Amino acid sequence: MSNVVISVENLSKSYRLGQIGTGTFANDMKLWWAKARGKPNPLLRIGETDHGNHDGEDLWALKDVSFTVEQGEVMGIIGRNGAGKSTLLKILSRVTAPTSGKVKIKGRIASLLEVGTGFHPELTGRENVYLNGAILGMNRREIDRKFDEIVDFAGVEKFIDTPVKRFSSGMYVRLAFAVAAYLEPEILVVDEVLAVGDAEFQKKCLGKMGDVAKEGRTVLFVSHNMAAIASLTQQSLCMDGGRIVLMGSTSDAIEKYLKQTLGHANGSQSGYMNLSLLKRSPNIINPDAQFEWVCLLDGKENQSGIFFEGEPIVIQLGFRISRETHNLQFGFGVRNLELGVELFVTPSRTYYQAYAPGRYSVRMNLSPNYLRPGKYSVILKMFANGRRQETFGESVTFLVEKSRREDGEMGHERWRSGLLRFDFAWSDINNRRSQDA
Amino acid sequence: MELVESINPSEESWDMVIRPQRSLFDLRLGELWRYRDLVALFVRRDFVAVYKQTVLGPLWYLIQPLLTTITFTVIFGNIASLPTDGLPQFLFYMSGTVVWSYFSECLNKTSNTFVQNANLFGKVYFPRMAVPVSVLISNLITFAIQFVLFLLFVLYFALSGSDIQVHWTWVVLSPLLIAMMAGLGLGFGIIISSLTTKYRDLRFLVTFGVQLLMYATPVIYPVSSIPEKYQWIILANPMTPIVEAFRYAFLGAGAVESGYLLYSFGFMLVVALIGAVIFNRVEQTFMDTV
Repeated sequence: MSNVVISVENLSKSYRLGQIGTGTFANDMKLWWAKARGKPNPLLRIGETDHGNHDGEDLWALKDVSFTVEQGEVMGIIGRNGAGKSTLLKILSRVTAPTSGKVKIKGRIASLLEVGTGFHPELTGRENVYLNGAILGMNRREIDRKFDEIVDFAGVEKFIDTPVKRFSSGMYVRLAFAVAAYLEPEILVVDEVLAVGDAEFQKKCLGKMGDVAKEGRTVLFVSHNMAAIASLTQQSLCMDGGRIVLMGSTSDAIEKYLKQTLGHANGSQSGYMNLSLLKRSPNIINPDAQFEWVCLLDGKENQSGIFFEGEPIVIQLGFRISRETHNLQFGFGVRNLELGVELFVTPSRTYYQAYAPGRYSVRMNLSPNYLRPGKYSVILKMFANGRRQETFGESVTFLVEKSRREDGEMGHERWRSGLLRFDFAWSDINNRRSQDA
Repeated sequence: MELVESINPSEESWDMVIRPQRSLFDLRLGELWRYRDLVALFVRRDFVAVYKQTVLGPLWYLIQPLLTTITFTVIFGNIASLPTDGLPQFLFYMSGTVVWSYFSECLNKTSNTFVQNANLFGKVYFPRMAVPVSVLISNLITFAIQFVLFLLFVLYFALSGSDIQVHWTWVVLSPLLIAMMAGLGLGFGIIISSLTTKYRDLRFLVTFGVQLLMYATPVIYPVSSIPEKYQWIILANPMTPIVEAFRYAFLGAGAVESGYLLYSFGFMLVVALIGAVIFNRVEQTFMDTV
């Protein structure tokens, strides 16, 4: 028997954009009555066109998401705002129902989308612990058993019979987190709750979360705090646009996430370009071969337009041969867009084999990647049967970002400057005198 | 969201399956029972929190019906001189007020369920029905307190020689009457609360509507004072037989017919069932519309 405790199958959730219904009962009735008689929408302003879409468009907050989580696994979920993380958590927490698909869960699940849910300011700390505990799914006996520990963890013994509205905000949050921390479900779903309290308490919370994980419980953890994700989880999901874009080790997921965020800040860097849409050089009549697309991949074979300094880049070219070739060669180069300078163009090997008309692809590996952080574009050339085919002085653009790993790792990194990076081999330092001798 | 809590032999043993829609009549009352501690704590919260930081505290539970009764006695009894079936005016109005306020409070408060708890419902799952059920119970406690006060007045008036007859069979049946009021209040309340997730105008209608409904219920007048041919209008109101039966039980005057009570009971069942089904449907997706 497998150890899968959460199985998410083709989960989708759509929201309607815009207003739902017309907002008032009277207008809904008017609309309905007009529709029933086949009359036009009576609420429409004159001059406006009726798109027949009064309910607004559907927005897919989650689209066909599937994954499984095993017993005892601590899984991080990261992604930009609007990536679908919160929707996923809401469905797992049963706050809202999915539009399609299902989730199968083994064991008791509790979710913490917020600390202090249901705290009532007029009630005392003690009363709130019981109320909040019950809301989170504990029964009275369980809370009785853990009460002292909870109060102890929060450090509010003296004030436990005071209404929480008199608590300092720090005490309030500590008590709220403490209740949640002593929930003992088999599966815990946590959202960003660590972004509360002072630094010391946050550390305590992280420690507690770590303990929970060590006890063999399954944890799903959503956060924008990459340090917390990295220290708590080994496996992570990276989401974007309602889909899972990467599921794997946390370090890979974080890298993917950082690239997404960078890409977002720098306009779209998809790492793909359809070249057949570009204006072609007019002087090439009746070409033997033509480029169709270019695609950039990172070291993990994921399409990307953003790379870290030193990270190898795979360039994949799609092309079409119209007349059989016996002599095919590509040229690849890189242009620095900030300076507008062509950094280099290098020829590929020559393909002497015969290629019949059809669609092909080829790839090359830019490794080592000696580009310094900046914005670049790919230069493409092609020669076939001794004839120059088409040339793209600029095609797909990509960004090279300062490497995360090298930050602080080596103080001397900051000495690096210039347009290119080279890591030359240096010998050991020899004592001049002994060499002379 | 359908929750299959039982073990499914065809696959592995999943404890819970979250699906887009659960069936219409899958009300999951068992789950509500498992959350009974939460219901109890909600009741406690409602009860404790309302009168914190007030000077008179729980005394308000007694002051409210007393003031209403005195107002009614002055306006409807002395100024308008409405008949009271030969009962002492004070007792007549007090019985009406106490009984009616249980129903109206149940309805008013349950009708806010979704809108008022949107924040809570958006963050954590528990059977949503726990909220309206806790409202019924906390109101029942209020009702009990007020009813004891009413009984004390009955005793006082009986000892001071007023013509009061207590019908013990009906007294014994009064818990059933209370249950019927609770069912009606809950049913209407959760229907309205489900609809207010979409139509906010209903909230204004409720406060107003409940007040109007009181005048269509024999709270300030007895059914016997209505001309025969219009009585059916008043009797079509499912609350009418309940209020009259209460009066008959504790004061000895009122029009009680088991047929009308049966009608009220049936009405209550239908409303409560419709309410539960709509509520059940809405609770799964209302977070997307609120």
